[in-house]
Amino acid sequence: MSFDQKRPTGPSLSRRQLLAGTAALSAAALVSPHALAQAFPTAKVNTTGLAVTDTEVTVGILHSVTGTMAISETGSVQAEKLAISQINEAGGVLGRKIKFIQEDGGSDWPTFAEKAKKLLVQDKCASVMGCWTSASRKAVLPVFEQYNGMLYYPTFYEGLEQSKNVIYTGQEATQQIIAGLDWVTKEKGAKTFYLLGSDYIWPRTSNKIARKHIENHLKTKVVGEEYFPLGHTQFNSVINKIKLTKPDVIYAIIVGGSNVAFYKQLKAAGIDLSQQTLLTISVTEDEIDGIGGENIAGAFACMKYFQSLKNPNNEKFVAAFHKMWGDKTVIGDVTQAAYLGPWLWKLTVEKAGSFDIDKIAAASPGVEFTGAPEGYVKIHENHHLWSKTRVGRARTDGQYDLIYETANLVEPDPFPKGYQ
Amino acid sequence: MFMGYSLGELGSIFAMQAFAGLILFSVFVLMALGLAIIFGQMGVINMAHGEFMILGAYMTYMTSHIFQTYIPGAYPVYFFVAMAVAFIVSGAAGLATEWLLIRHLYARPLDTLLATWGLSLIMQQAFRSIFGAREVGVELPQWMMGALPVTDVIEVQINGLFVMGLTLIITGAVALLLYRSRWGLQVRAVVANRTMSGAAGIDTRRVDRLTFGLGCGIAGIAGSAFTMIGSTGPTAGQLYIVDTFLVVVFGGAQSLLGTIFSAFTISQSQSTLEFFLTGSMAKVLTLLLVIGLLMLRPQGLFVLKVRR
Repeated sequence: MSFDQKRPTGPSLSRRQLLAGTAALSAAALVSPHALAQAFPTAKVNTTGLAVTDTEVTVGILHSVTGTMAISETGSVQAEKLAISQINEAGGVLGRKIKFIQEDGGSDWPTFAEKAKKLLVQDKCASVMGCWTSASRKAVLPVFEQYNGMLYYPTFYEGLEQSKNVIYTGQEATQQIIAGLDWVTKEKGAKTFYLLGSDYIWPRTSNKIARKHIENHLKTKVVGEEYFPLGHTQFNSVINKIKLTKPDVIYAIIVGGSNVAFYKQLKAAGIDLSQQTLLTISVTEDEIDGIGGENIAGAFACMKYFQSLKNPNNEKFVAAFHKMWGDKTVIGDVTQAAYLGPWLWKLTVEKAGSFDIDKIAAASPGVEFTGAPEGYVKIHENHHLWSKTRVGRARTDGQYDLIYETANLVEPDPFPKGYQ
Repeated sequence: MFMGYSLGELGSIFAMQAFAGLILFSVFVLMALGLAIIFGQMGVINMAHGEFMILGAYMTYMTSHIFQTYIPGAYPVYFFVAMAVAFIVSGAAGLATEWLLIRHLYARPLDTLLATWGLSLIMQQAFRSIFGAREVGVELPQWMMGALPVTDVIEVQINGLFVMGLTLIITGAVALLLYRSRWGLQVRAVVANRTMSGAAGIDTRRVDRLTFGLGCGIAGIAGSAFTMIGSTGPTAGQLYIVDTFLVVVFGGAQSLLGTIFSAFTISQSQSTLEFFLTGSMAKVLTLLLVIGLLMLRPQGLFVLKVRR
């Protein structure tokens, strides 16, 4: 829970301003939504029996708040709740306030499927923001397709999937990988790469794409490729191999607790990240919290969002996030993507003029969100987002400095030709 | 993979690889020692061993914060205080666990497995509620980070040396306690024949309690040391528990020497294989080796001859 909700209004506000503001707020909150809700009668906008009334619409939040994935998913839950409260302050969706039901996936994939079914069948949620790992998404996908629900999925992932019932607000693999490899080749003159990863589908698929791009397009060389079981904590042997092969770039996709061990041991082994180029796609500001900024400073990360991005949207977003969840909370790439979910859903519902799943699935392509903290985003026909790829460099305080961003939005391509 | 390297370079790499193996060996011994004492001497399978380690890690985290805030001058040496705190807190938690939970279950050894597993879940959730679900970063004083360059290529990790030294000291202390102290004599007597030593006037309950407390305390020190090389989070204990059991079972549960020997075998094969193959394959082959040897010697490498 947040203790900041009770915080008094800032002292700089005069009484008159406060009164005016309050009046405007209540006008926005009471009069206009009511009129809006009347313009869109429930019988019209909800023909499929979703949990939509004249004043309220129910959505689901489905993440792990217990178990090993809680580390990662907590930020997503916070971002989604922030977005929902902001949407409600701004008048809701088609004049209806969003009410959310939160379920805990418990880091267990069958539990995710069970809870997804509960949210769709019993609670009739108009949409669900949720899942983090690919395994949990794969577990709920058949449920969403069978009961015709709509899932907003926030994590960057390996691609190779597309569904009418899912909007992917994170990057698919090519959006995260290719521009980063191009950049490191051009800027650092990289000729040799050492690929590392945790041993499961996302790092393996991503490294496969990276290898194809390195060998076929950049015409440079992969000098090593290696995977470690999840939870592996001893990296000294591979660090020796890296010292032996002297790659220009270490390309690391290690996740979870292993991440912490890897960077600590890399530093202890005397590999200085200000000299040795390391590019990762798995370390956001959230992970640096556990790794410790001093252990990873100098590493490059390829993401679409960094907390330090300088644009008015992001400054507002970061301030609101800190107000709701405390000043010390960091915001990583996925947290930002999770924040997009409720907003994209709201915009889509308003574009379709309906809550019906079939109608919002059809209306999704082309929906634009200009208020996104990462800048402008747009939903593609394949239900992924057009977004920029960015490279940042880790600082000792756990934040990234933006080093490079693509000039244009990168097209999502979940089934990349020539990369499979 | 060795094409294009001079003999000198290869020599250095092998030296570093040997050192990596020794670090892994120390880590294995340190994490298995506490469990070996408890499992070996009492027959209690402590599934919450990893959580006692993480309790020690969190104590280190708290101590570092206290030093940073109140006595920044003494920050470079906080780690030693932190290890003492970790030992005391984990040890005390161990004593309490024994008194509240384990002592009621001595007649039902398999139930201790279930009870301590439940305890591990409770502890994980407690960590999550108190310290948050996210991993915490434990900062190290400057002198403990980095590496000492020996030659151009060979570099020796300072935290690796630290873990090795610590392991040596703790193993020595435990050996002294077990084989040179009165309490050690009592423990060995209870292991050999519980009923008989009770009849001879040894307070077996007190011996059990102290053994459990000591085992958990050592786990706490191990956890404290591992903040240098690994992560500190509510479920990080799970990362160590499998390897720990592997070492203890493979070594033969009742032998300190067996634990050390098995840690050596597993760490060396693991780190050598990892160098020539990949991380995942190394793990598979190491496990196969352990399974194969356990089929030949079901009691583990070193068996204590005990009359049952």
